[in-house]
Amino acid sequence: MEHYLIHNTLSYPILSVLVIVPLLGAGVTLFLKGDHAIKAWGLLVTLVTAALSVPLYTNWDFGTSRYQFAEVTEWFPFLSLNYVVGVDGISVLLVLLTTFVMPLCVLCSWTYIKDRFKEFILVTLLMETAMIGVFVSLNTVLFFIFWEAMLVPMYLLIAVWGGERKDYASIKFFLYTLLGSIFLLVSIVALFIKTGTFFIPELMAHEYSFSFQMWIFLAFTLAFAIKIPMFPFHTWLPAAHVEAPVAGSVILASILLKMGGYGFLRFCLPMAPAATVYCVPYLIFFSVVSIVVGGYLALGQSDIKKLIAYSSVGHMGFVTLGIFLLSDDGIKGAMMQMLNHGVTTGALFILVGIIYERTHSREIDKNSALGMAMPVYVTYLVIFSLASFGFPGTNGFIGEFLVLMGTFKTHLVAGGFAILGAILAAAYMLRLVQKMVWADSDGHGHHDDHGDDHGHGDGDHHALFDLNMREIGTLTFLVCFVFWIGLNPKPLMDVMDASVTQLLHQVGDGMKSIPGGEHGSGHHAALMDMGRQIREWVAMR
Amino acid sequence: MSLFLPELALTLMAMVFFFLSIGKPRASTLKGSALALSALALVISFHTFQLVMGKPAELMFFDAYRIDIFSQMFKIVFCLGLFIVIFLGEGLKGVSEELRAEFYMFLTLSTLGLVLLVSSVELLTMVISLEISSFSLYVIIPFRFQSGYRKQMEAGIKYVMFGALATGISLYGMSYLFGYTHTTYLARLAPVLPEMIKTQPLMVVALILLLGSFFYKLAMFPMHFWAPDVYEGASNETAGFIATLPKVGAVALLLRLVSFAGVELNQITGILATFAVLSMVIGNLSALVQEDLKRLLAYSSIAHAGYVMVAILCVSVMGYASAVYYIAGYLIMNLACFYVIYHVSKNGDNVTLSDLKGLYKNSPLLALTLVLGAFGMAGLPPTVGFMGKFFIFTSAIQKSLYALVIITVINAGISAYYYLRMVRAAFLTSEDEASVIPLNAAAYALGVFFIATILGMGIFPQVFMDFAKMAAGTIL
Repeated sequence: MEHYLIHNTLSYPILSVLVIVPLLGAGVTLFLKGDHAIKAWGLLVTLVTAALSVPLYTNWDFGTSRYQFAEVTEWFPFLSLNYVVGVDGISVLLVLLTTFVMPLCVLCSWTYIKDRFKEFILVTLLMETAMIGVFVSLNTVLFFIFWEAMLVPMYLLIAVWGGERKDYASIKFFLYTLLGSIFLLVSIVALFIKTGTFFIPELMAHEYSFSFQMWIFLAFTLAFAIKIPMFPFHTWLPAAHVEAPVAGSVILASILLKMGGYGFLRFCLPMAPAATVYCVPYLIFFSVVSIVVGGYLALGQSDIKKLIAYSSVGHMGFVTLGIFLLSDDGIKGAMMQMLNHGVTTGALFILVGIIYERTHSREIDKNSALGMAMPVYVTYLVIFSLASFGFPGTNGFIGEFLVLMGTFKTHLVAGGFAILGAILAAAYMLRLVQKMVWADSDGHGHHDDHGDDHGHGDGDHHALFDLNMREIGTLTFLVCFVFWIGLNPKPLMDVMDASVTQLLHQVGDGMKSIPGGEHGSGHHAALMDMGRQIREWVAMR
Repeated sequence: MSLFLPELALTLMAMVFFFLSIGKPRASTLKGSALALSALALVISFHTFQLVMGKPAELMFFDAYRIDIFSQMFKIVFCLGLFIVIFLGEGLKGVSEELRAEFYMFLTLSTLGLVLLVSSVELLTMVISLEISSFSLYVIIPFRFQSGYRKQMEAGIKYVMFGALATGISLYGMSYLFGYTHTTYLARLAPVLPEMIKTQPLMVVALILLLGSFFYKLAMFPMHFWAPDVYEGASNETAGFIATLPKVGAVALLLRLVSFAGVELNQITGILATFAVLSMVIGNLSALVQEDLKRLLAYSSIAHAGYVMVAILCVSVMGYASAVYYIAGYLIMNLACFYVIYHVSKNGDNVTLSDLKGLYKNSPLLALTLVLGAFGMAGLPPTVGFMGKFFIFTSAIQKSLYALVIITVINAGISAYYYLRMVRAAFLTSEDEASVIPLNAAAYALGVFFIATILGMGIFPQVFMDFAKMAAGTIL
């Protein structure tokens, strides 16, 4: 076990602390009184967690693919179950994303959440514990416990503070995710029976027969395809996004969806490499369908949140497309796309929350022509919209570009459709920006809303006040990321470099157990060819 | 003799209430003595457990009664369950005032029957213990007092009829066993049965018939029909008892008896697996549409019987230990739900899902207990329900029971929906301003106990699994 890990050398057990601080913070919340104190406490806890996570980057060892900052404690010796945490180049970025997004979730709910603030902070902090736990667990049972533990707080976030159809949306979210995770549990147990360990790196190193790989690959893929979500399992997402409160949407978009991608990278690829390669054509097909369908559906939405929700389906299609290219560009692009989507879409949901607080409507038509009334707001809106469809110079460009580049190298047709998706993204985002910033093309706009029952005054622009300092601070922080990643992605790419190489190495090695002949020689030859290419590439490094 | 103390303590308790029932004791006297005596029984059962730890099993009463770690551990669970049931329903809102002493007496007698049951290793002793337990329950189901409410009569009759039928079936099965083997002692049956099952098809029938009355106690297919009506008709306190302790007893006996069928798959395990699957499917699908909370829990218990059966069918130490762990966790989770029902119900009437509305505002502690109880039974981590399911899956996959695991998994998914309905009802609807539910310090402490136990057993399962494994080791 030890040669997979680099033990934590910091003065405090950083990963456990990151998991426990929000949990303790949640416990303390129970005893606090007064909304302001609770808000301040929630912000403090998330900020402290973010600050405590900084050494993950500053003390990062770039040259290794081993799991860093690891801690091992005996937990349940009966089944040789240990508490093992550690991060590699893939998970560390997602941990950092989580710790930095969570303070923003508290900030953007400052006035949006009106009642039950104590419970809101409680649930949000529990969510943070569970999410960090998922990314740092190196033990499948621990991973699963955190994975499932997310379900209840997220359900409550939607169900208690959600919109009109919160019942429907929260139950749909819950049942969909639960269905996937039950299969996850079965594969975890099956892997244990096969190998006698729950330790993830050992499970990756083990060789499985092809048929066994196929079974666990299908079970894992179902769980992660629901989570990410990939067409045709995407229908829970728009419902959940639309009904969730702004912090819920941000958590969903920025972090929860990433767990699907993380799961593919952590479980499917290294543990079932031969099955992965065998299924690549189908998964690429579904990824491309996700991209195009997500784009088309977004194009037709009149609700801003729904539009962004469907755009997420498209963006996550790029993530799965990148992952299943099984190439360096593809996986790095997918990782970048995940981080960028976390920043950009999170910001877009915050923007929707801000405008919803002012006009009490998420309809595009009722929020049109804001340019004059809210110049600062629309500036941010434009920046994040550009980033969302991958405008060069913004962060969105890096991920999509890498993925597309990788796609065109090997899958020309898929690349063509993915480009179509990118164009659609530009179309719906620009349509959104055009309507929200300038008036409707037919001359009607905001002024049509006189006397409607949404009650945002008389629809007069003067009733709309522009952003306050809290909102500007939140958004500016994210804008920094947009341009930092957009102009200088190298630091992030360096962090994941060694781990991605190691991952491809595992996939290349695993190709050996593809059975010969039985699937038709042509297909088989193509698979072996792909395996050889990956191995050659890894050897070159 | 000191090993027989838990039984004696319970007998003493029953006698005390018998004498109390003659006079007109005050409610506080009754409540106090019930709590004190059941606590005494609990302490004594712990004591005898320590006495048998690490020692070989001891036989009593012409070898018909066996005291080992397995039996003593279940006795602790029974005494604990009795204590919780008494503690939980301390106000006895659903039982008419003049019958309360009798209520406690019969509750104790029923527990005594179960305590005798887990130690009996002879068929007739088993039948008698089982009947002591059942007859007491037949009596207390109609005790429910509520003006204009008549369903307790229907429930009582149903329970008696089904119970009589189940006992008859069991005795019929036993007659075959006796006819073939000329013995009623399990110790003498065990060595010959596996061979006989292979050569004599009738032995399969006999054994399945014998198990009939345990299926009845466990509310497992095909003897599950009584559960929803009895739960609904009985008072909340009684239903809390019926829903938990007899099931634990049934599991204990099933663990003893199924190992006879041999460790390899044969017709008996095939039939039992079919029953388990049907139990899960029927229980879960019927629970989906229930509005009455007790009926919902009844159907969910039918499904849980199926899950436990999967663990029992593993016939391995791990599988048996999982079954013990799971049923102990189930006892706590189910009692937690009944605790919520008891406090939500006004004047002891039944609670529907819509009565839970606004529970979160009226009593956050009850809402949290309900969340943990319901999600625990749905199998979400980090609760005891998750760990239990995890152990069951692990032991079943070890035994290559893949089909059973997949069916269980799908059922767990279906069940999540109705548990979620319970939680949703408690959390989501807040428009009507119902009154705050008052909880005294004792009730508050009980709620905290439930929460702590459900989480504690889930996060630190090692301690409990060690004991469960030790117990499983003594009967395999």
